[in-house]
Amino acid sequence: MPRMTLDELRKVRDKKQFEMGLRESGGSSTRLVVSMGTSGIAAGAKKTLAALVEALEEQNLTDIPVRQTGSMGLESMEPIVEVHKEGMPTVIYGRVDDAVAREIVQVHLKEGRLLDGHIVDRPAADIQGGQ
Amino acid sequence: MAYSTYCLICGGTACESSKADEIYKRIQAGVSEKKLEDQVQVVKTGCFGFCEQGPIVKVLPDESFYVQVVPRDADEIVEEHLNKGRPIDRLQYKEKAAVVETTDQISFYQKQVRIVLRNCGFIDPENIEEYIARSGYEGLAKALFDLKPDGVIRELEKSGLRGRGGAGYPTARKWAFTKDTKATQKYIVCNADEGDPGAYMDRSILEGDPHSILEAMAIAGCTVGASKGYIYIRAEYPLAIKRLQHAIMEATERGLLGEDIFGSGFNFEIEIRLGAGAFVCGEETALLMSVEGRRGMPNQRPPYPAVKGLWGKPTVINNVETLANIPVIMTRGGDWFASIGSETSKGTKVFALTGKINNSGLIEVPMGITLRDIIFNIGGGIPKGKKFKAVQTGGPSGGMITADYLDSPIDYESLTALGSMMGSGGMIVMDEDDSMAGVANFYLGFTVEESCGKCVPCRVGGRQLKRLVQKFVDGEGTQEDLDKIAEIGHWMKSSSLCGLGNTAPNPVLSSIKHFSDEYIIKEAQ
Repeated sequence: MPRMTLDELRKVRDKKQFEMGLRESGGSSTRLVVSMGTSGIAAGAKKTLAALVEALEEQNLTDIPVRQTGSMGLESMEPIVEVHKEGMPTVIYGRVDDAVAREIVQVHLKEGRLLDGHIVDRPAADIQGGQ
Repeated sequence: MAYSTYCLICGGTACESSKADEIYKRIQAGVSEKKLEDQVQVVKTGCFGFCEQGPIVKVLPDESFYVQVVPRDADEIVEEHLNKGRPIDRLQYKEKAAVVETTDQISFYQKQVRIVLRNCGFIDPENIEEYIARSGYEGLAKALFDLKPDGVIRELEKSGLRGRGGAGYPTARKWAFTKDTKATQKYIVCNADEGDPGAYMDRSILEGDPHSILEAMAIAGCTVGASKGYIYIRAEYPLAIKRLQHAIMEATERGLLGEDIFGSGFNFEIEIRLGAGAFVCGEETALLMSVEGRRGMPNQRPPYPAVKGLWGKPTVINNVETLANIPVIMTRGGDWFASIGSETSKGTKVFALTGKINNSGLIEVPMGITLRDIIFNIGGGIPKGKKFKAVQTGGPSGGMITADYLDSPIDYESLTALGSMMGSGGMIVMDEDDSMAGVANFYLGFTVEESCGKCVPCRVGGRQLKRLVQKFVDGEGTQEDLDKIAEIGHWMKSSSLCGLGNTAPNPVLSSIKHFSDEYIIKEAQ
C-alpha cells in the first residue's frame, strides 16, 4: 500500500465519518455496538455478538450494522450493547446474554420500543461531537 | 410507529422493594387511561445503583430525573408531565436531595468527561479508518507542519498536562529536557506495565484505542527528535498486545508510521517489548533496563531518563494515559484542555472503580471532582445498604481516604495532602465490614513480594514492616510495635532507591493515621 498523503488522510476521514453515521444529527443512524474489551469478552460478549448477528438475519434486518468496540467502562454490567435507532433515544443495555440479544433485535429494532428491564444508561457526551 | 416520550422506571431489586413495580403499573395504567399509548412508552430499566434515592423515574427526551417517587406520585407524573408536558420540580433530584447538586443528571456516564476514553467504546480498535474518522493522525500532521517542535511544547505547557502514571510531572517539561539534549539517537518509550492491583485503565485504552498511543508517540518523536519508540507492556495483556500489533501493522502499511511520514522527512517506528510480570518494571529506570534485555532493577536518579535513558540516550517515558491525551491536545489546543479540571491539575483522570461499589468499572472524570460524586453518583453507592468506610487510592503506593474527606476535590495536590496519592488511578472502595489493618497487610504482602531486593531499606524494611502489621492482624500487636512501624516507615520512605520502597509504607501509615482504633494494643500480661 502506498504511503498516505495528508490529503488522502482527510479523504478517508470524511468518507469514513459519513459511513459511520457521525455526520448525521448526533450520530443517530441505526446500529448496534458491542463492548469487546477483555472484561466484556470474559463476560460472554462474543456469544452476544453472534446472537445479535443471527437474530438480525432471522428478522431480515441485515442492513443494520453490528460493530465491535473496546471496553465501554461499565464492567459490572457486561456484556454491554449500545443501540442507536433513528427516532429513538440511544440507550445502553447491560447483562446482554443470548436471549436478551434476541429480544433487543425483536423489540427495540423491529417493534421500535425500548426493551424492559435491561437498560442501564445512556452514552456519555462525545467531546468530538461539536467538531 | 415512533414514540415521542419515554418514561423509564428503575427496575432493580432495591427499587422493586420500594414499590417501583406499583409505580410502573400505575403509570402504565394512567398512560392507557389518557390514551397516550401511541406517544409514550413506559419502560422498566436495569438497576442504576443509586438505590438510596430510589425508586427513580426518568422521562426522555426531557431529561427529567425523579427520585424517591411514591406510588401516588405516579398519577401526577402521568397527568402533569406525560399528558401536559410540564416537568414536576418537586420530584426532581436537585430539589429533593439533601446534597446540593450542580448537574442535572446522575448516572454512570452522564457525569463523565471522556477525553482519554473518547474513542474507547466508540470505534472499532482493529480498524484504522474508524480512528481516522475521529480526526486520528490529524494531531501528528499538525505537530509536523503547523506547530513544529517548539509549538508542540508550547501547547503542552498551556494544557498543563501532567504525568498520569502517578507522580504528576509536567509533560511539557519532560519533553523539553529531551528535546534540548543533543544526541545522535533519542527514544520514546510508552510505559504500559500496569501493575497496581485493581487498576486496568491502560489495558482498556490500549484495547479500545491503540492508535491514539501510536500517534502520541510519533508526536513525541517529531518534537524531541527521536525516530524510534518502544511500548513496554506486560505479557498478561494478550488482547491489548494483539490489538497494538494490528494497529502498528495498519499504520505502517499506510505510511503513518515508518519513513518520511506525510512526505515530511520525519521517520518513526514502534516496537513492542513484553514485560515478564515484575511490578518494579513499572519504575522507569527498571523498565529501561528490561527493554534493553537486562534484569529489571531500578537505578539512582539523576541522571533522569530524559537526559540519559535507554542505551544511555535521551528518552521520553510516558504512561499510556498521559499519551492518550496528546493527540487531542494537538487538534483542540492546550487552552481547551486547560479549561477542564482544577487549578493545579488540568484535564481528566481515568479511575478504575472496584471493591464494594455498585457500578464497578472504568470512569473518566474532570480533575477536581469530589470523591462523593465518584462513589455515590457515578459509582451508585455501596451495595446492600452498607456504610462507606474508606477508599484506597494509588494502589500499593497510596493510602486510605475516609468518609470525612468525601467532599475534598480530587487532584494531585489534595490527594497527597490527604496522605494518599493519585497513583495510576486504582480506586478500591471499602465498607464497614473491611478491616483496615487487613488491607494494609495485603498491600505490604504485595510490595514485599515485588521488591527487587537491590536496596536494603526496601528489601529488609518491607519484610519487617509486614511482620509487625501481621501481629496487629492477629491481635498480638503492642505499643512498641506501633512505634517501630512508624520508625521503619520513615526510613523506607526517605532512603529507598525507587518509588516502590519509597511508597510501600503508605497504606499502613495512612491506615494507622485514620483508623488507629483498629490497631488494638495488646495489654501487657
